[in-house]
Amino acid sequence: MEMKKVTTKSMPYEDWKDNEYIESLVQELRDSGTNIIVGSLDTLINWGRSNSLWPLTFATSCCGIEFVSLGAARFDMARFGWEVARSSPRQADFMMVAGTIVNRMAPVFRRLYDQLAEPKYVIACGSCAISGGPFRKSYHVAKGIEDLVPVDVFVPGCPPRPEAMIYGIMQLSRKVKVEKFFGGVNRQENRKEYLAAHPVEENK
Amino acid sequence: MNIQEKIAGFFPEASFEEGEILRIDIPAEKLHELAQKLRDEFGYDYLVTIVGMDWTDSLGCIYYLMNTADKSQISFKAATADREHPALDSVADLWKIAVILEREVYDFFGIIFVNNPDMRRLFLNIDWVGYPLRKDYDENPELNPVTTESERQSDETYVWKREDGKLVKHVERVFQDDDFVVNIGPQHPATHGVLRFRTALDGEIIKKIDVYMGYIHRGVEKLCENLQYPQTLHFMDRLDYFSAHNYHHGLCLCIEKAMGIEAPRRAQVIRVIMDELSRIASHCLFIGTYCMDLGATTMLFYTLRVREQILDIMERTCGARMTFNYSCIGGLMADIHPDFVKDVKELLAICPKNVAEYNKLFTGNVITKGRLEGVGVLTHDDAISYGITGPSGRASGWACDVRKTHPYSIYPELKFEQVVRTEGDSMARFKNRMDEIQQSVDIINQLIDNIPEGEYCAKVPKIIKLPEGHWFQIVEGCRGLFGVYIESKGGNQPYRLKLVTPCLNLASVVDHITRGDKIADLITIGGSLDYIVPDIDR
Ligand code: SF4
Repeated sequence: MEMKKVTTKSMPYEDWKDNEYIESLVQELRDSGTNIIVGSLDTLINWGRSNSLWPLTFATSCCGIEFVSLGAARFDMARFGWEVARSSPRQADFMMVAGTIVNRMAPVFRRLYDQLAEPKYVIACGSCAISGGPFRKSYHVAKGIEDLVPVDVFVPGCPPRPEAMIYGIMQLSRKVKVEKFFGGVNRQENRKEYLAAHPVEENK
Repeated sequence: MNIQEKIAGFFPEASFEEGEILRIDIPAEKLHELAQKLRDEFGYDYLVTIVGMDWTDSLGCIYYLMNTADKSQISFKAATADREHPALDSVADLWKIAVILEREVYDFFGIIFVNNPDMRRLFLNIDWVGYPLRKDYDENPELNPVTTESERQSDETYVWKREDGKLVKHVERVFQDDDFVVNIGPQHPATHGVLRFRTALDGEIIKKIDVYMGYIHRGVEKLCENLQYPQTLHFMDRLDYFSAHNYHHGLCLCIEKAMGIEAPRRAQVIRVIMDELSRIASHCLFIGTYCMDLGATTMLFYTLRVREQILDIMERTCGARMTFNYSCIGGLMADIHPDFVKDVKELLAICPKNVAEYNKLFTGNVITKGRLEGVGVLTHDDAISYGITGPSGRASGWACDVRKTHPYSIYPELKFEQVVRTEGDSMARFKNRMDEIQQSVDIINQLIDNIPEGEYCAKVPKIIKLPEGHWFQIVEGCRGLFGVYIESKGGNQPYRLKLVTPCLNLASVVDHITRGDKIADLITIGGSLDYIVPDIDR
C-alpha cells in the first residue's frame, strides 16, 4: 500500500524537508489499527483542526515582534486559519513560545501551558526558547523550554524569519493530521507519563 | 570659581577626578548632603542613573546627574567596605526615580539604601540566593534553579532606618489589608510584553500600582563582563529591539571614545541614517499597536506596511530583519547595498503621505480624542524627577533630546528642531511620535544625497583592548536617553558594563500617573509611554 502523503494546502509534499519523520508517524498510525468509521471521523475532525489552529498570544521578547509581523498584511497568517490569536489559554490550541523564558517566567509559562485545553501543542520559536540562545550562560535564563513543557515543533533562528514561523506552524498542522483524535496515538506527549514526571503544582 | 572649587569648599573631604564628566569621590556619610547640594544649589535636577559597582575591596555606587538648564553633567561616587551589610544613604527623597534605581542596585549588589521607602528586590525572586553582579557571586544553578513552582509572593516591603547609629529594618506593607488588588499580567496582551501590574482598586479608580518586573530579566550586564568588547555589541539588538541601531551606536561610541578612535565620515552618516530609519519603524509600530490596544485594530496593518518597507531596506544592507548587528567598533560591519539610496528615497517619498493618512484615520477621531486627551498627565517637574526622556518626556515640555542637548556623531550639522509639547497627556505623547516620524524623514533627506565616499570602517586592532578607566556615553534611542557606562581594568573584557535604558523609567512612572484614573485608562497610559519590556529588565 502506498504511503499516505500528508501535506497542507498549497505545499507540495516533495517540498517538505523532513518527510521521514511524518512517514514514521503515518506508519505508527497505521500499525495501531483502527476501525473505518472512527478512522474517517478522525480524518474529518483533524482536517478541521489542522486548518484552524489558534495560537495563544504569548511573546516575551524580540521573537514576539516577528510574530506580530506574521499577523500583519504581508505575511498574513490568516491565509492558513491561524490568525485568531487568543489572549486566554482556554481558547487556544497551541502556544508559540516566542522569546526567552527566564526563571521568574518559568512558573507562569508552565501554568499557561497547563491551562491550555487538550489537545494542545507547543512550538519553540527562536533559539532562546530552544536552548537559551545568546543568553544561555546567564544566571536568570531557562536553558530551553523542553525542560518545562513537551515541545512539538522547533523553529530555529534569532529571530526566525516569519517564513520560518509559517513553515513551523505548517509542520504542526501536518502533525495534527496524522493524529488519532479518538485514542491519542502520535501525541508526542504521553500525558500520564509526562504529568507523573512533572506534577502540576497543588494550590497551597 | 568653578564648580569643583565650590564643592571643595563645602566638602573638604571630597576628592575629584577630572575628565569629560567631573567625578566627585565622597565619603559615604556625606553622600546625601552632597546630593542635596548638587540638586538644590547647582541645579542638577535629573538623576541619569545609579551605577552599582563591586570593586572587590568595596561596594559602591556612581551617580550620574544632569543639569537640565545648562545640560552639564556631573557624577559622584560613594563606597563602603562592608561586604556583609553594605549600606548607603538613599537619595529617593531628592529624585523620585531613585526608588527604583536603588532597588536595582540592591537586587544586583545587595547594597541597602537607608530610608528608601521600598527596599525590595526588583528583578529577582524574593528568595534568590546571592547578588548576581557581585564578583564573588556563586552561579551554581542548583542554588537558584529554574522551577515550575510559583514564586513566593509577599506584600511586605522594608524600610531601613538609622537609629542610634544602628541599622533597623522596619516592615511596611505594599498594599493595605482591605485593598482590592487586581493582578494584570504578566501574560496580558495590553502590557506589551511580560510586565505585571498589581493594581489596587477602589471601584474603578486606581489607588496604587505595584509594577512587578523581571519576567524577562536576562542578565545582560553580567553576561557582558565575560565577553570581549565586540561580542557585547550583540546584546544591544536584543534590549529595545526597535532601537537596535541606536543602541549599537551608543555602545560603539563609548568604546571608540575609550580607544581614542573615530569612525570614518561615511560610517557616521550611514549610522545616523540607520538610527533615523529605526526611529520611523519604531514609531510606526508604536502607532499600530497602540491603536490596536485602543480598539482600532486595522491601524496595525497600515503602519506595519511602512515598517516592512524599512525592514526590507535594512535586510538588504544588514542581512537581517531585526537583529541587525550593523555598527561595529570603528565603523560598520559592511557597506550599504547598492540600491540603498534608491530604496530610502522611495520610502521618504511615501512617508509624509502615510502620516497624513494615519492622522486622518485616527488622530482626529472623536473617540481617540475622548480617550487620549487629558489622560495620564505628567507634569514637567515630574518628568525630570522620574527621568522620563524621549518623546514621552518631550510631551511634558522637557526638551531632552540627546541629539540636541549632547550632540554626537554628525547631529550638530543637521537642521532639525526638537518636537516639544507641553500638555503632558497621552495625546501629546502620541502626537510627538507622529511628528518625529516627519522629523526623521527630514533628517534623512538632508543626508541621503550626501553620503560621502570612503572607508566604512576605521582600522582597528584585531583584539580590542581598552586602557584602564571609565567612560560614559549617552545617545537618543527611540524611547529616550540610552546610556552606556564602561569601566575597564585594561584587557579585552569590560570590568563593568552598565546599560542605562529609558524604559525602566517609563515603567516606574506608571504608578504615579495612573493614580486616580480609571482602570481602563491604564491601557491608554501604559501604551502611550511605549515601554519595551526587555529594555526594562535587560
Ligand atoms: S531567539 Fe533571538 S530574537 Fe528570539 S527572543 Fe531570543 S534573542 Fe530574541
